[in-house]
Amino acid sequence: METILSAPLLATNEEGYLKNYTEWTEEWACAIAAEHNIDLTAKHWEVLQWLRAKQAEGVALSLRKVGNSGIVDIKQLYALFPGGPLKISSKIAGIPKPASCI
Amino acid sequence: MKKILILGGGTAGTMMANKLRKNLPLTAWEIKVLDKDEIHYYQPGFLFIPFGIYQPEDVVRDKKDFFSKGIDFEIAEAAKIVGEENKILLKDGSAISYDILIIATGAQVVPEETPELKGELWYKDIFDFYTYEGSTKLAKKLENWEGGKLVINLAETIIKCPVAPLEFTFLADAYFTEKGMRDKVEITYVTPLSGAFTKPKATKMLSQLLAEKKVNVVPDFYLQRVDNERKVLVSYDDKEVPFDLLVSIPVNKGADVIANSHMGDEDGLNFVPTDKQSLQSQQFKNIFVIGDATNVPASKAGSVAHFEAEVLTDNILNYIKGLPFEEKFDGHSNCFIETGFGKAALIDFNYTTEPLPGKFPLAGIGPMELLKESRINHMGKLAFKWIYWHMLLTGKTLPVSTAMSMTGKEVEEEVLV
Ligand SMILES: Cc1cc2nc3c(=O)[nH]c(=O)nc-3n(C[C@H](O)[C@H](O)[C@H](O)COP(=O)(O)OP(=O)(O)OC[C@H]3O[C@@H](n4cnc5c(N)ncnc54)[C@H](O)[C@@H]3O)c2cc1C
Repeated sequence: METILSAPLLATNEEGYLKNYTEWTEEWACAIAAEHNIDLTAKHWEVLQWLRAKQAEGVALSLRKVGNSGIVDIKQLYALFPGGPLKISSKIAGIPKPASCI
Repeated sequence: MKKILILGGGTAGTMMANKLRKNLPLTAWEIKVLDKDEIHYYQPGFLFIPFGIYQPEDVVRDKKDFFSKGIDFEIAEAAKIVGEENKILLKDGSAISYDILIIATGAQVVPEETPELKGELWYKDIFDFYTYEGSTKLAKKLENWEGGKLVINLAETIIKCPVAPLEFTFLADAYFTEKGMRDKVEITYVTPLSGAFTKPKATKMLSQLLAEKKVNVVPDFYLQRVDNERKVLVSYDDKEVPFDLLVSIPVNKGADVIANSHMGDEDGLNFVPTDKQSLQSQQFKNIFVIGDATNVPASKAGSVAHFEAEVLTDNILNYIKGLPFEEKFDGHSNCFIETGFGKAALIDFNYTTEPLPGKFPLAGIGPMELLKESRINHMGKLAFKWIYWHMLLTGKTLPVSTAMSMTGKEVEEEVLV
């Protein structure tokens, strides 16, 4: 609970995604992870950093891209971020909710 | 003599060839189209074949009949694009050089991507309807099927005609109702998306329709494999959905030649990184990409290919003159959604505006209803076949503006919190 209370208050949208991804901090990530009952391990951080790097490059993200990243496969991503792996990892990484193309 | 080479003579390639031929002198520019297959399929018709609404012969024509004079059409399969050397290599090892290349190689379904999808039950209890073979075989299956659990599943989110699986579901409900056996069929729609569709207002409308038609929806289901023995779909997070008859929309990928040329994007789905406004390839200045082959965040649909063709024709003409691109593709998409029992809905949107309710003005035909079922929309959907063969492919101007228009659309006042 302490982590949540000490989380810096950053502007988010109505779904809890960070409005400005450059404001992101590691403490904030820990707090949001805790809300999803996730303890961030080294593997989690690796995924989060990769997501942020891709966001900075302007690449539209998908589960498949993360699966091809060489860091985790899709199955492992589900294990790291249960429920909605790309949505939850994106939220913790402070990047916008992935817009699945139609 | 300079040469424009168009790789793929499907919807987009045919339109581009005809449009460019009208605008470029025969004495200065050769236009060559290459396709591996002689038959032009009207793919939107694949939706209707399983239900006997269209017959197989309604959707096949000869590709060569759609090219205007002065276009050189050849049947051959490209094996590799060598952008650095402005040439492509054919399967037989010969090379064709170009000054400008247009990639229009489309998207294909690849059931082999999913373990056991194309296994023992393929074309017995598991079908696709995105191919001629799949849709015609499914028609035979449905004729004699006695009922049970019908599951419609999308293996991936990026698929061509993203509304087609929903349309199939609505038409299946109508088909079994009209056959007097709807009570014997349990219909379940299993999707990797969080709802029926990606955009909020359309998702709400379509979810209501699914509920009215008593279709179960299983969202956030990302297919890992099919268990043929137990007849269940298994997701990456080990959820299971049992089926008696599975109608699958397998993973869609760009053409193999894109993979062989290392020109696909990071998804590994062989779609070509393309500037979403100019439609120029991000890798080579003299390569342009159109239709289902691109990775632009717009629907993969014939209507989109048509709007893109209008923009790309102008851009290529400017490129030839050494002028900057003036036209920008806005992501305009216009799709009818068959909802069964002689009705359809219509959505019209672009990169930045989601499908909204309202009226869609159509010169000569009258207003269509947006995001709402109506009979006139259904007439529009059926008329699309005629328009496709006679106007779209030949490169005629359609009574719909290339850029999306807000005329008729109802915009809610934004609620300030
Ligand atoms: C079931 C279904 C329903 C649909 N419904 C609609 C609808 O209602 N409305 C709508 O607007 N759109 C609809 N679509 C989508 C529409 O059919 C496609 O978006 C459109 O055909 C895309 O055109 P294209 O030229 O990009 O690709 P295609 O028309 O598929 O053409 C690609 C061509 O490239 C050729 N090719 C590929 N690789 C090579 C190679 N190596 N060498 C030579 N040639 C090659 C292929 O043979 C093919 O002819 C539907 C699609 C399906 C499957």
